[in-house]
Amino acid sequence: MPMDRAELISMLSSRLGSALLSAEEMKNDDILLVVDRQQLVAAAGMLKNDPALSFTTLMNHLGADYGDRLAVIYNLYSPLLRNKITIKVYLDRGDPSVPSLERAFPGIGWYERETYDLLGIRFTGHSNLKRLLLPDDWEGHPLRKDYVYPASYHGIDTSRPDLLDDARAPGGRDV
Amino acid sequence: MLERFNIVNRLSGDADLILTTVDEAVNLARANSLWYLLMGLACCSIELMQTGGPRADLDRFGSLFRATPRQSDLMIVAGTITLKMAPRLRRLYDQMAEPKYVIAMGSCANCGGPFDRSYSVLRGVDKIIPVDVYLPGCPPRPEALTEALMKVQEKIKKERYFLKKEA
Repeated sequence: MPMDRAELISMLSSRLGSALLSAEEMKNDDILLVVDRQQLVAAAGMLKNDPALSFTTLMNHLGADYGDRLAVIYNLYSPLLRNKITIKVYLDRGDPSVPSLERAFPGIGWYERETYDLLGIRFTGHSNLKRLLLPDDWEGHPLRKDYVYPASYHGIDTSRPDLLDDARAPGGRDV
Repeated sequence: MLERFNIVNRLSGDADLILTTVDEAVNLARANSLWYLLMGLACCSIELMQTGGPRADLDRFGSLFRATPRQSDLMIVAGTITLKMAPRLRRLYDQMAEPKYVIAMGSCANCGGPFDRSYSVLRGVDKIIPVDVYLPGCPPRPEALTEALMKVQEKIKKERYFLKKEA
């Protein structure tokens, strides 16, 4: 049955206890839960398996770089409550690791690999944590804010002069 | 074939000879049997398939696809080349027998196109292999690809294949 959001937030707060760092309503009919990194696995397992909650559907998983810190985000849906929640775990830039949720949601494997590939967030306990999209010998994680584009890859030059730069320069030629 | 185009009949009365150079005869044969590599990298390959289909009908230029680089004369680079794909593309090109030709089809193959500033996309296939015809468009229509093929044919017909110096 659908539930009032304020009611759901208080219910989640009481069940999650110390794992929950903050909970608030989002503008898009969603509830944002910031969860403690150490207790993420237990929290996700509880959200999924608690018969009154049944957040059994992992809608999405993503990572984010906010500049000063990183985050992993999970969108869960409960067919029982007809409600979705967003779980967010903030991570330190120096040690971006978070426990894998593979046990609770086996389908998350490739999502976590993609997040690792592009943001360099390590998922401890993941069964096969290697790059998903980029080549294995790629250096760095391109969606990090501080990523420096490589000048070449396997001897292939990755630069290309911009014709508009010529036009913008003083006395530049028409293009 | 020759009867159909009335060449033999026309000549049989007063001449028994057709004079030409070996280069020209061979070039005519080469230009009209351009087999292209069956390879698509992105959405341009959909247009490539259309061009090979019955409406644009690349077959009428003697051009058809081969599923191996060893039997191909022409590589149509149809789509975005990622840096991950680039060494493999170069390898396919190296496996083709000389003489070989390349059409860079669409904006991505020309210069990276809409993915120009991306970390993972090669900014133009001419960074890794020599290109004969650059075909703009995103994607180019089948008529445009047909035109590009005809440009390659023109180029072949102008070549002096047998007098070409080995590099």
